[in-house]
Amino acid sequence: MKKTYKIDVDCANCAAKMEDAARKTAGVADCTVNFMTLKMIVSFDEGADHNTVMQDVLKNCKRIESDCEIFL
Amino acid sequence: MNRKQKKVLIRIIIAAVFMVVLHFLPLDGVMDGWLRFFLYLIPYLVVGYDILIKAWKGIRNRQPFDENYLMAVASIGAIVLGRVRTGDYAEGAAVMLFYQIGELFQSVAVGRSRRNISDLMDIRPDYANLEDESGHTERVDPDEVEIGSVVVVSAGEKIPIDGVVIEGHSALDTSALTGESVPRSVREGEDVISGCINTSGTLRIRTTREFGESTASRILDLVENASSRKSRQENFITRFARIYTPAVCYAALALALLPPLVLLVAGQQPQWGDWIMRALTFLVISCPCALVISIPLTFFAGIGGASHEGILVKGSNYFEALANTDTVVMDKTGTMTCGVFEVAGIHHAHIPESAVLEYAALAEMHSTHPIALSLLKAWGKDPDPSRVSDVEEIAGHGVKARVDGKQITVGNEKLMASLKIDPQPCSSVGTVVHVAVDGSYAGHILIADRIKPQAAEAVHELKTMGISRIVMLTGDRKAAAQTIAHEVGIDQVFSELLPEDKVSQVETLLQSRRTGKTLAFVGDGINDAPVLSRADVGIAMGALGSDAAIEAADIVLMDDDPLKISKAIRIARKCIRIANENIVFAIAVKLICLLLGALGLAGMWLAIFADVGVMILAVLNAIRALKVSHL
Repeated sequence: MKKTYKIDVDCANCAAKMEDAARKTAGVADCTVNFMTLKMIVSFDEGADHNTVMQDVLKNCKRIESDCEIFL
Repeated sequence: MNRKQKKVLIRIIIAAVFMVVLHFLPLDGVMDGWLRFFLYLIPYLVVGYDILIKAWKGIRNRQPFDENYLMAVASIGAIVLGRVRTGDYAEGAAVMLFYQIGELFQSVAVGRSRRNISDLMDIRPDYANLEDESGHTERVDPDEVEIGSVVVVSAGEKIPIDGVVIEGHSALDTSALTGESVPRSVREGEDVISGCINTSGTLRIRTTREFGESTASRILDLVENASSRKSRQENFITRFARIYTPAVCYAALALALLPPLVLLVAGQQPQWGDWIMRALTFLVISCPCALVISIPLTFFAGIGGASHEGILVKGSNYFEALANTDTVVMDKTGTMTCGVFEVAGIHHAHIPESAVLEYAALAEMHSTHPIALSLLKAWGKDPDPSRVSDVEEIAGHGVKARVDGKQITVGNEKLMASLKIDPQPCSSVGTVVHVAVDGSYAGHILIADRIKPQAAEAVHELKTMGISRIVMLTGDRKAAAQTIAHEVGIDQVFSELLPEDKVSQVETLLQSRRTGKTLAFVGDGINDAPVLSRADVGIAMGALGSDAAIEAADIVLMDDDPLKISKAIRIARKCIRIANENIVFAIAVKLICLLLGALGLAGMWLAIFADVGVMILAVLNAIRALKVSHL
């Protein structure tokens, strides 16, 4: 299960931080943030509900980079 | 500039004007002390309140030690110091002001290059005109179109989904996909790929794939996933920032505390203010923004620029590997040659040459073998089935048929030998098709793969760029392989290889490459997917529509121009060079300024330059990676 989300973030380093934060979120198998296209590609663990997982991802990303946004 | 950036710009302008006015107003003696302090606080807060908030959030979330934190501590420190010592608040406010200018600059620069790149990669079809049974068309999301549906593409529209043209003919603009500016003409029965723009007539297309599996989606998928594989430079910066920022914070703390304490113990004036100021200067200089912003930006621009040239790079680590390439191994068919069979000549004909070709083409008219197709193509007329009867295909040898009442035999030497016909051997390279009429030899047709027109130039380019070993691998016969290698200028050839031999050959070559250098394999993705993934860098060529190649390769060349190989290497080298320049430049300037700051030789203004100035220069340098079309 793989989904792509539009994001907004200011700098490439912040994008890398978001990627890191999303990867550490429970239910996320892998995550790639592409600063170039402002996209976050998340692969979810088997059986994880992607809506609730993405809420956590957003929360974790906001924690490390308050300026970022994920358009769910 | 977007709204967010405009807002920051307005704040910067207000703060800057305010500070200039404050600077030139004759405040001395009139407004000292707290009033002056509060007056300077206004521009400071106008321009920097969001940084302070972010720094506070970082501390609360136990993620301090980022740029916001450095800037907040340095500017607050400078202002507090101004209050207790000099009464000069301009430095503290200026730190914030210039930091914001630098941030705004990089944000605008990134936004601009992002727009450049997304314009270049504008291949995502937004809709499809789906036709139902009654002939009505409806505009739908391409995701909803099922395989086998009919979509209509008018002039000026993008082809939404891969398919086959069932009606209409047109010229397709493939430049967004391949970088090739000459339009491709298509007609009924031909395959078309999504992402191309229909430039003239209306096309009706029967889809052969789902949207998600179509070329445009796959390419975008590939580009969007490119950032998951990071180069050494990027990883270095991430690790560097993680260690570096806390380290300089503690170093600054030590600089503020230790020397005064030592002086105190030694019985001298501790000079707290001086040393704290030096520590704050130290903090401003040490901000790692220039590095953490410019290095990812370099690769982002490099990958974007390369995609516009029809070179898709799956990750910045492959840029690095490609830049270090000193061995290029190439497959023959599809890489150096066109991979198509064409009639190259008719030799030793005992009857008119055109008759040899005509008999051969007619005898082979029911066959779908590539050689049969090339014979029919060379003959160029519509075969009349009533002229041909009693067709008998002899697998692996050829075909026997009765044409215009004559017994025609078309095939290889073995077939001729079995019929006790003595064929004339051919001295040229290629596949030889012998033709016999009523049991007597009529001549032979030479069918050869054509060498790509740019092949020799491409090899020459690689040699001039310092690629020390260029090797060609092929399953073809030795003589054929050597002739082609000689013609394009390749010195090392391994021929008569089976697909698995190619893997082991590449493995042997991998062992003998010099340390720190890499081996790139170039193939067309047909039969060589295992080799593509075994090489340090697998380059798939002309991969439009070939899923296995896109999957296995690290770098995908969208068209089949071999000159793109050297171009890809040049782009990679440029990108890596810029990244290294930025790392060395930023770290060197910072180290020098840090040293000067610690010694008290550099003031706050120099510190601001070391931070913002270096960042702006590094960002400008990074953006150069986008310009690759002239390489």
